[in-house]
Amino acid sequence: MFGYYLDLAIRSFKRNRVLTALMVLALGLGIGASITTLTVLKLLSGDPLPQKSARLFTAEIDPLPAQGYVPGQTKPPWGNLMPYTDAMNLLRAHRAERQAAMALTQAKVTPARAGEHPFFSDAVMTTADFFAMFDAPFEYGSGWNAQSDDDSARVAVIAGFLNDKLFGGKNSVGQVIRINDHDYRVVGVLKDWSPQPRFYAVDLGGRSYGNGDAVFLPLKSARADDMDPQNVSCWQTADIQHLETAPCVFVSVWVELKHASDAAAYQTFLSNYVQQQISLGRFQRPEVVFPNLMKFLALEQVVPDDARLQTNLAFGFLLICIVNTVGLLLAKCLRRSREIGVRRALGATRRAIFAQFMVESGMVGIAGGVLGLVFAELGLWAIRHQPAQYAHLAHLDVSMFFATFVIALIASLIAGLLPAWRACVVAPAPQLKSV
Amino acid sequence: MEIQPILAALRKHKIPAALIVLEIALACAVLCNAVFMIGQRISEIHLPNAIDEQGVADIRVMGTDPKLATDDVPRNLAALRQIPGVTAAAVINTMPLTNNGWNSNVATQPQDVMEKDSPNVATYFFTSGGEQALGLRLLRGRFFTSEEFADSKLASNYIPTAHVMLITQSLADRLWPGQDALGKQVWVGKEIHFTVVGIIADVLRPNQNGEGLAAFHWAMFLPLSPGPGGFLNDYVVRTSPQDRARVIDAAKQKLAALSPNAVVRGISFTDVRDKFFATDRSMIWMLVLVCVVMLAVTAFGIVGLTSFWVGQRRRQIGIRRALGATRAHILQYFQTENFLLSTAGVATGMLLAFGINLYLMQHYQLDRMPWYYLPVSAIALWILGQLAVLGPALRAANVPPVVATRSV
Repeated sequence: MFGYYLDLAIRSFKRNRVLTALMVLALGLGIGASITTLTVLKLLSGDPLPQKSARLFTAEIDPLPAQGYVPGQTKPPWGNLMPYTDAMNLLRAHRAERQAAMALTQAKVTPARAGEHPFFSDAVMTTADFFAMFDAPFEYGSGWNAQSDDDSARVAVIAGFLNDKLFGGKNSVGQVIRINDHDYRVVGVLKDWSPQPRFYAVDLGGRSYGNGDAVFLPLKSARADDMDPQNVSCWQTADIQHLETAPCVFVSVWVELKHASDAAAYQTFLSNYVQQQISLGRFQRPEVVFPNLMKFLALEQVVPDDARLQTNLAFGFLLICIVNTVGLLLAKCLRRSREIGVRRALGATRRAIFAQFMVESGMVGIAGGVLGLVFAELGLWAIRHQPAQYAHLAHLDVSMFFATFVIALIASLIAGLLPAWRACVVAPAPQLKSV
Repeated sequence: MEIQPILAALRKHKIPAALIVLEIALACAVLCNAVFMIGQRISEIHLPNAIDEQGVADIRVMGTDPKLATDDVPRNLAALRQIPGVTAAAVINTMPLTNNGWNSNVATQPQDVMEKDSPNVATYFFTSGGEQALGLRLLRGRFFTSEEFADSKLASNYIPTAHVMLITQSLADRLWPGQDALGKQVWVGKEIHFTVVGIIADVLRPNQNGEGLAAFHWAMFLPLSPGPGGFLNDYVVRTSPQDRARVIDAAKQKLAALSPNAVVRGISFTDVRDKFFATDRSMIWMLVLVCVVMLAVTAFGIVGLTSFWVGQRRRQIGIRRALGATRAHILQYFQTENFLLSTAGVATGMLLAFGINLYLMQHYQLDRMPWYYLPVSAIALWILGQLAVLGPALRAANVPPVVATRSV
């Protein structure tokens, strides 16, 4: 029967070419817009470290003075930024499997070859556990150890693309690179590594999407060489040439727990730590937040409003296209009342008529999906030429490819319900009479 | 035109009529909000900024030894001023719309600085001649004197030791609504305060700082003399728009030659502004595109449905024509019918538009939509409906009266 319905559908399309083309075009446009925006939204709200994001947490504490504090309501205002002292205390306490403190900076890199100009690169000042904790893959060498942190050793890990630029992609472990007019010894070279979104940079003043960082240096050594954190906030006027002791926040701490269920224990430890600082007179506010990676991204609303707005808009548009398709399908099938009457008179059941029209709208859906795919590719191509940081990452993946057809089919079947129902309740007798 | 028979006919075609109403309602709701968002973005892009945007360029020198800045800065400035076409040059901590913000909470009383609602203000400091280099416009009071520049060094808290400041009109209105801000004190910390000596036309801050458009013009300016410190990187150079490209090239070359270890970049302010608003601009285009395509789809939907029921009613039309109705009557009939449907759609659409706006206000910090968006998009949809129905209606009007006799 299905084959027969298909044949009927194709005949009907041929009879009303313009109407059919309009339906397919409308559906295609709606689906193209939805898939384009969904792809972007999915790219932006993805899990940057799916294999362990449930075990990665960040600590948020509130160093602000008591003024303006409302117990139970005032959340840490600066996200996961905290003073250096507290970051070091948390690291030393060693209550998690792994823990690292980090801040972003700009590193001036001077190529060793004569005649080449120095340039600035995105850099991370951090501590030894960073690489293992975030599963950063190494091409050559490895990260540095805790001893290097304590000794302020001038060691560096560089990204693959910087290694290509400076050393032509060769194993550069042991080589020296000149950063901010000081010599650092390369201990590791990363493979391409740029988690999207770049969660660890979110409150540090870094871009959330885009290329990864180029240079990784021990926090203590970089600070000793006057490298300034990208984002500094102070709660009173402070001597910010000595940031480590100033009343300012500029580092964040991430921890990796053995099991996600250890979170409660760590949060208790964090609360106790803050209570202890309150009794020492350093802090006034006891609230702490201890979100895991995905919760942190949600708290910080990393996905740009524009992307969510566009998705809402696209689905509003798809709805309009579906209503439009309902109207056109209805027009088409009511026009065929006589044909339906004949078929009913020849013994076709209502169910058969209903099936016939659902097959027809399903075909409109498939055609709309194919066209939608074309529009989506066009849309994504346009987005890749936009100025947004994430623009160049906008590509259709396999799941969105299938999603296109699923959405198209669902949309067209929903659109086909009403016309098919109207068609199958057509009474055969009056139609035959008027032939 | 009799409306009664049209309503009677529509009652017989409830579902197609309801679909047209629904289509117009949805289009109206989306159109209102999309046009409103477009309007908001456009006004954001065109926010006034009282500096000489066409003539100003920013030359950034990064990676020099901060300890040598006391000598480097005057030397670099002298070199820049020698470039033909340069009318003024100065050093500033950061430029508007560069996303490199220096912000402070300020208050009119020392104890209020830490209060939650104390305004967060962008802080600019520039060296002597900065007001000419930027092209600031003084509204009241005065600019800084040379003594005030000379006496102001950068303290370890990265705030100049000056005692005077300029503030923008918007900030003056925020701090002292309805009062004269001249001569008043602005507190930046419990111990640090400045006297307002001049009020200048609104200058944009380096970034929006998440406090909405009202706060986008809250800025204060402090005088500074060159001294040690690594952050005085931005050389503001003013020239005429036609000399600008040449001056930027010359400035980059000169400063790079003077500091071979540094990284020197140059950009015109118009480029800075374009870059800052680039995402807003692409959002505007995307919204415009959606509106156009959506209206087209709606129009096609109306054409499709109307031509369907024109086809269905050929006989009825033929009878009417045979009974003496003119072509104009038939045309009018379909146009009135579409007008009635559009009106119902627009009425529903307005309620929907209002609801969507409330949702957006809650979730996306959007403002309340002004009322006049509703009638404007209503008119747009009425026109669209009339245009869409024109084709099928003309075809209906061309139905010859003889159809009535032939097929009965």
